[in-house]
Amino acid sequence: MSEHTLPALIPIIFLGFGILIPLVGLRIRSAVYPLALLGSGAATVVAFTGLFTVLDSGPMVHQMGGWAPPIGIVLILDHLSAFVVSIVTVIGFLVLIYARHSILDDTPQRYTVIYGLSMLLMAGLTGMVLTGDMFNLYVWLEISSLSAYALIAAGDRRGAVAAFRYLILGSLGGGFYLLGVGFLYFATGTLNMADMAGLLPALQDSRVVLAGAAMIILGLGLKMALFPLHLWLPDAYAFAPQAVSSLIAPIMTKVAAYAMIRMVLDVFGVSYLRDSVPALTVVGWLGAVGILVGSLWAMTQKDYRRMLAFSSVSQVGYIAVGIGMGTTLGMVGALLHILNHATMKACLFLVGGSVRLKTRALEVAEFGGLGRRMKWTMVAFTLGAMSMIGVPPTAGFFSKWYLVRGGLQAGNWIFIAVILISSLLTAIYFFRLVEQVYRDESQQEDAKPPVGEAPASMFVPTVVLALLLVALGFGNAVIVTHVLEPVASVVGGM
Amino acid sequence: MENVTSITPLLAVAVSLVGALLAVFSDKHPNVREGISITAAVTKFALIASMLPIILGGGTVSLTLLELSPGITLGFRVDSMGIMFAMSASLLYTLTLFYSIGYMRGANEHRQTRFFAFLAVCLSSTIGLCFAANLLTYLLFYEVLTLATYPLVVHKGNEEAVAAGRKYLMFLLPGGLALIPAAAITFNEAGTLEFAAGGILSANSDPGLLLGVFILFLVGFGVKGGLMPMHSWLPSAMVAPTPVSSLLHAVAVVKAGVFSIARVAGFIFGPALMHDIGASQILAIMAGATILIASLIAIRQDDLKARLAYSTVGHLSYILLGCAILAPAAFTGALFHIATHAAMKITLFFCAGAIYVTAHKPKISQLDGIGHKMPYTMAAFAIGALGLAGMPAIGGFLSKWYLAAGTADAGQTAFLVILLISGVLNAGYLVPIVTRAFLSEPSHDDGHHDDHGEANNFLLVPILLCALLALVLGVTPDAFFHFFTLATQTVASISEAGAW
Repeated sequence: MSEHTLPALIPIIFLGFGILIPLVGLRIRSAVYPLALLGSGAATVVAFTGLFTVLDSGPMVHQMGGWAPPIGIVLILDHLSAFVVSIVTVIGFLVLIYARHSILDDTPQRYTVIYGLSMLLMAGLTGMVLTGDMFNLYVWLEISSLSAYALIAAGDRRGAVAAFRYLILGSLGGGFYLLGVGFLYFATGTLNMADMAGLLPALQDSRVVLAGAAMIILGLGLKMALFPLHLWLPDAYAFAPQAVSSLIAPIMTKVAAYAMIRMVLDVFGVSYLRDSVPALTVVGWLGAVGILVGSLWAMTQKDYRRMLAFSSVSQVGYIAVGIGMGTTLGMVGALLHILNHATMKACLFLVGGSVRLKTRALEVAEFGGLGRRMKWTMVAFTLGAMSMIGVPPTAGFFSKWYLVRGGLQAGNWIFIAVILISSLLTAIYFFRLVEQVYRDESQQEDAKPPVGEAPASMFVPTVVLALLLVALGFGNAVIVTHVLEPVASVVGGM
Repeated sequence: MENVTSITPLLAVAVSLVGALLAVFSDKHPNVREGISITAAVTKFALIASMLPIILGGGTVSLTLLELSPGITLGFRVDSMGIMFAMSASLLYTLTLFYSIGYMRGANEHRQTRFFAFLAVCLSSTIGLCFAANLLTYLLFYEVLTLATYPLVVHKGNEEAVAAGRKYLMFLLPGGLALIPAAAITFNEAGTLEFAAGGILSANSDPGLLLGVFILFLVGFGVKGGLMPMHSWLPSAMVAPTPVSSLLHAVAVVKAGVFSIARVAGFIFGPALMHDIGASQILAIMAGATILIASLIAIRQDDLKARLAYSTVGHLSYILLGCAILAPAAFTGALFHIATHAAMKITLFFCAGAIYVTAHKPKISQLDGIGHKMPYTMAAFAIGALGLAGMPAIGGFLSKWYLAAGTADAGQTAFLVILLISGVLNAGYLVPIVTRAFLSEPSHDDGHHDDHGEANNFLLVPILLCALLALVLGVTPDAFFHFFTLATQTVASISEAGAW
């Protein structure tokens, strides 16, 4: 591992702009948007530079303040964190391009605040991904959570209630994680992940370690909205400002899922959580139940964003099932689904924002005839929906492909069945919309006037994400071979 | 054997996709739009036909594009079986386009751009699956075909069409999902997904698991191929405009279903394994039952398109039965039937559409004496009908003859009897339409206007060309397109790899 400042650069850029934007923005409102794009754009470039450097010449590490581990805190850019941090920054960048019109339309008085807090949120999320220290992860987690509570509360009255509920449950999750870290610290005397991983195998039978592991998984499960710990999620997504839910929904639960994967692979080790204690089994089964329950709820929703929110519960379940299989291909599927789901959920939320901007409505029933009135936005929607269902050649199909093969490796037919059945349920709630969207309006009396597409700053990111879904489908083998297989190979067979 | 690497297969797939895109952008100019569609279709056919000499010379044309999943490529490999289906589909597609222009404008259908665009996507994905080198590439095109057909099924946009669309998805989507584990297990057991004559799976795997995989394939592909009891979406989907019914439900979509099962039987499992794990018996019994039941239901339909739909269900199972009998002659007959049935059935559907547009008569009971008003249309109908019933000198005779000969070779007397009974039933539900049209006096009491004449030329010319094709295939099965040689060549390649 080479010493390099690059890993630290990413959260620091976000932190810096998080302070700069409110300072400048309170005087010059027009500077907010360029600053936000500059900040997140720069971070994205750094993240991808980091990713390609890691692929080229191996992981890099930054010791904060020059303190060597295990005393000091390290930020690590390896295959896994470079992969996730690239997803987080690029999706964040696209959403921030998009957000301007949506915020001005939704909550113009909070324009500067939302952009400033979004930067803090991104700082927290990227920090969580990059850190190599157990306690430091908690700090970043709290930074991202606190900004998220404030962002959600920026919505209407219901947003404030949803944010409060999220605050209570989220703090509980953070608290569990912290308690778990405390237990492990008592058992091992270290907070550095790599150091801890070296010490834990000798403590396999310790009850303290077991309790610590359980609490860490519980806490992160809550943050990633793993069933039945998802109760905070639907309201938070549905009542936040449109731009906020578009930012939070694709990436926040994914980063928590990443943290769980990091714990599984690099702290506790797969063999401990799979073979010594049945932790992965529990995660997998909760994921499986969540997949089905989330889909069933999504089918009954009348509001587009609530439907997507419950669908997120279901999709997070896929990641959990992939982790829970405890096989190489299952892990590949879980990791690939972090990328795929982030992309398709972002795409679908951006579509929702455009529809709301143009029609003032987000009820499923209001989508009627939009296929003609917002033609290309609806093409993006259809691509997103197809990817959610898992139709080849879109990205979503390949998540299923690896997860099903992972299930075969694990010999777990029930997981395979759940993944396939959930595809059908997803098809039901998305085709319900597709049917509406392409309904023939010309035969009806009350044909609505054309509304046209959303402004370019909203339209372009939406279409880019939709095209990305196809590109990721065709390009998945490259990602899997170069990035994910090296990460997942440590899982080994059963 | 010569293997040529060429970009032609990709171009053949892509050309109508590009055409579809251009058609969307020329939305406002119907003549430009149709011009583009037809140019694309003709180019597609020419590209496919340009590969024919290599295939007939025993070679293959292949192209690998990229890696789709580690160890599995997105690749094309054109062989005799693929090019046979691709040629018949794209030939009939070109005729369908001409016919569609007459039909859609004649019936004043709405949203014609969408119609032509999705028709092109359907054809592209059909050609894509014909040329797919491996199962994952195949599934990709297969699923695109499934979804691109949906907008065509719901085209009319009324309650009935939307309901038919739902039913279509309810059958086809679960089918598609069954294929994912099937492909995954095949990959696990065989270590590859590349199609190879004689099969890639071996008897070393657990026979129970293999039978399970076969059943997954049967569910996934059989549902598109109208295998009972998974067929009921097909008659409902007849609510679509007639060109869709004719091309997709007689040529491309449903044929893709049976083509898939032929691929699975010959190129994934191989005849020997099909027999050893008991897969062929299951397929034969299901196909045999479907042939009889569908024919019996067809007799009772008064709606012309519904009768043709059930006839399609029956004839698709001829092809499946041919795959299941595991005799070279039967397999040849099955493959050849893909082409001959396509030509005959599309003639019949075209006629039904022409009658509907010209005379507004969807029911058989209204067709008394219509042969006097539309003599050419009904003459073409007669050729198609007699051909399906198995009259010599029309395409259907030869394919049925080979099917029967193969069945006799294999000593499967029960299935031979089914084939013969079904031939009689075929005549029973199709020939009366012809006699009614030509021999009965027109009835004037049903309130329908009878002041129509022959169908217009946009409709009539494709009809006559299709009927001509059906005749040509019966008289000289190898004329122009070498369909019969391609079928025998495919069977020979499977025979080379192992015993039947």
